[in-house]
Amino acid sequence: MEQKIKAKIIDAEGVQRTIVRLAHEVIERNRGVRDIVVIGLRTRGVAIGRRLVEKVKEIEKTSVPFGVLDVTLYRDDFRRRLKQPVVQVSDIPFDIDEKQVILVDDVLYTGRTLRAALDALMDLGRPASVQVVVLVDRGHREMPIRADYVGKNIPTSVGEEIQVRLKEEDGEDCVLLVEAPEEAL
Amino acid sequence: MTLQSRHLLGLEGVSREEITLILDTSESFKEILQRPIPKVPTLRGKTVVNLFFEPSTRTRISFELAEKRLTADTVNFTTSSSSVKKGETLKDTIRNIEAMNIDMVVVRHSAAGTPLFLTRCVDAAVINAGDGMHEHPTQALLDMLTIRERIGKIAGLKVALIGDIAHSRVAGSNIRGLLTMGAEVMLCGPKTLMPMFVERFGVHVTFHLEEALEWADCLNVLRIQLERQDKGLFPSIREYHKLYGITLERLEQAKRDVVILHPGPINRGVELDSDVADSDYSVILNQVTNGVAVRMAVLYLLSGGNPSIE
Amino acid sequence: MKPIDQLLIRNVEIMDLVGRQREKADVVICGDRIDKIGQVDFETFAGQIIDATDHLLLPGLIDMHVHLREPGREDEETIESGCAAAMAGGFTGVCPMPNTEPCCDNQEVVRFIKKHAETQLVDVLPIAAITKGRAGNEITEMVDLARSGAVAFSDDGSPVRNNAVMRRAMEYAGMVDMLIIDHCEDADLAAEGHMNEGEMSTRLGVAGIPNAAEEIQVARDISLARLTGCRVHIAHISARESVELVRRAKQEGVPISCEVTPHHLLFCEQDLVDYDTNLKMNPPLRSAQDIAALEDGLKDGTIDVIASDHAPHSVEEKDVEFAAAPFGVIGLETILGVVLHQIVDRQVLSMEEALYRLSIAPRRLLKLPVPQIHAGEPANFSLIKPKDTWIVDVKKTRSRSRNSPYDGMTLRGVVTAVVNKGLIWQPNF
Repeated sequence: MEQKIKAKIIDAEGVQRTIVRLAHEVIERNRGVRDIVVIGLRTRGVAIGRRLVEKVKEIEKTSVPFGVLDVTLYRDDFRRRLKQPVVQVSDIPFDIDEKQVILVDDVLYTGRTLRAALDALMDLGRPASVQVVVLVDRGHREMPIRADYVGKNIPTSVGEEIQVRLKEEDGEDCVLLVEAPEEAL
Repeated sequence: MTLQSRHLLGLEGVSREEITLILDTSESFKEILQRPIPKVPTLRGKTVVNLFFEPSTRTRISFELAEKRLTADTVNFTTSSSSVKKGETLKDTIRNIEAMNIDMVVVRHSAAGTPLFLTRCVDAAVINAGDGMHEHPTQALLDMLTIRERIGKIAGLKVALIGDIAHSRVAGSNIRGLLTMGAEVMLCGPKTLMPMFVERFGVHVTFHLEEALEWADCLNVLRIQLERQDKGLFPSIREYHKLYGITLERLEQAKRDVVILHPGPINRGVELDSDVADSDYSVILNQVTNGVAVRMAVLYLLSGGNPSIE
Repeated sequence: MKPIDQLLIRNVEIMDLVGRQREKADVVICGDRIDKIGQVDFETFAGQIIDATDHLLLPGLIDMHVHLREPGREDEETIESGCAAAMAGGFTGVCPMPNTEPCCDNQEVVRFIKKHAETQLVDVLPIAAITKGRAGNEITEMVDLARSGAVAFSDDGSPVRNNAVMRRAMEYAGMVDMLIIDHCEDADLAAEGHMNEGEMSTRLGVAGIPNAAEEIQVARDISLARLTGCRVHIAHISARESVELVRRAKQEGVPISCEVTPHHLLFCEQDLVDYDTNLKMNPPLRSAQDIAALEDGLKDGTIDVIASDHAPHSVEEKDVEFAAAPFGVIGLETILGVVLHQIVDRQVLSMEEALYRLSIAPRRLLKLPVPQIHAGEPANFSLIKPKDTWIVDVKKTRSRSRNSPYDGMTLRGVVTAVVNKGLIWQPNF
């Protein structure tokens, strides 16, 4: 559905610059990339995560493992929806025990997706720590959850949504402020 | 994409897109089954009752595992005969069980149409785990998942079902599902075990195993109920094996990479020889693994969708 | 239901099904007889007056194949409730089959039924069993049964399997010119079947009963009728092959007749798609081809009679999984409506020919007196409004059972009165 665009908050170059900055912050705070694994949350956390891993490799000349997590089955809102969301494959081809897990998502909003992701991670193993990277934090938290690395804080009102567009998924890179669709209100 | 019906009574009328959704979802669940903790909290707080009016250890265990892997509460109601004879009707039984607040019913019954009958008695979602000679949809779905996994596709494949077609709900669902997915289907067995007018489904029919062997990419070898012989539907196990038993020697007539499925349990040496069942042609154990994933997918896809929230 | 003293039916169209004539007249009934037919001054008439403009007056309808369940299963139907359903359906006579508990294979049960029906408007004319206990082994005391009031013999529901027993039964019944009615079904071929064997049974995964199960026994009965000279009547014929056998046998002069039910004309196997147990009957609903053959059989006179095979079953018995449900549906109240709506409107038969098969033809087969609509004759007739339609509401049936496949259907032909034995019944609209 086409939603009305209110503003372009970040353009293509901005998206790329933000990811580079986030990569630097992750390396800096962890004093390198030892024991770091990156896990992207479906859907858009995957593309951002992959780019983050590339940047880290460019900077540190070291590959860090990358995995994909689908949290559909851990969501708390799935029984409240009319339609069953499509489950996709999680693909984490490494052990997360005692690792510094960097969870990547596009937008941090209520915190429920990250809550589900944390549960899913706990079923997969016992990481040394879990750190969260998001491209945008739009506020309105419903859970005691915060991001460790934020691309940009964009305060929004209830009638607004943040739309992250990525080349891999949508053919372009940008972050838009759009009007929330009717049924979401 | 979502399923059209709240129930899974059969593959009759289930679209290609829906079957594809179930198979795709099953693949996600296969991944979960390989995790150290092969369990997700998706159906936490939901209660599933497994209502088995016919003995079936395998299907029941497969469903029960699928339910437990999804963290549902499960209750088993197993009886060798329907309790109608004891004065309680099936309707009473199911209403009593539903009064204990159940969300889903998995039912196996010797009478065709019983799952449909149950949907008229209760609000819970109903999954058919085999009704009479009618359908056994999750078996056909797991067969198709196994074929797709091994060969990479279903459309355009030639699948032969071998054996007792007339009494087989596995055949009933496989015929419907495979045709919907664009495969060609051949039925092979003695005339006495071939249902009337089955060619009107759009399948090939042969009484000669050689024809099926030369034609097929996949052989789904059905279990022969040995008591059929007592009813005179075939003269002897010996002749059945001679005419329709799959042996390594026979397989020389088949395509080199033919895939062999069997819904289990196998009568070794009757419809299928041991060395075939345990050979590289066989995907029988994959079928068992896939059975749990497919049933998780079906349970998941039918569990949500609270109709009261529009 | 109340007694008639003086009754005037004004301006009614009298349908003479024997002479195939219609005339408009006033009819006066005194007690149990027709007193006068012609013009009557209604203003000075002292009794009950029915203005019957747009009504048809027919010789009382008779259903030669019903199950009244009494004695034995009074929870499903009684003679009284069955008669109430019969009256509502426009019938003044019914022939209950002997599959009661105890079975109607002895004079005591015949007398029991006659006695319980004494006060009814409807003539209840029992059919007795061919063999003791309907077990297919020893023939019943047919002559005594006939003398005590049985009008025919049948082991309906459990047909006589042994050909020699059937031969003896025919020979014996033939001595007193009694009709043998056979439910034709080869028990081995039909074993475990729950519906017609065909594409639909394969689709539904339900064991089938092939046409051949009926055909074989029809052929057997024709052979034995030819051998013994006994009059044989095939109950609820359903398969096209059977119709053809009867047609050829009739041409040859074999004393054979047959009946068809409205449900075999109206529904086919495809209608079972939802496993509706109210469409589970024996013989099973067949294919469209069979229906066409049944219609042809009606048209050319191969099929003599239309009968309901009214078979009440309790809700508890029918509201179960398909394979567990008993065969049969109720039909006394709906048969006339289905015949007018489906058989007459589809131009299979004219109204006269259709009603003949519900009134005159069965009585002739059973050697019963045919009601004449003439002055001085016993008043035995049905009054209907043939053009009016009504919607079947199974909750309002007079039967004790509810297993009707016609619920919610719109039928044509409303019964406004039945008269017999000096009694009149009119529905409360």
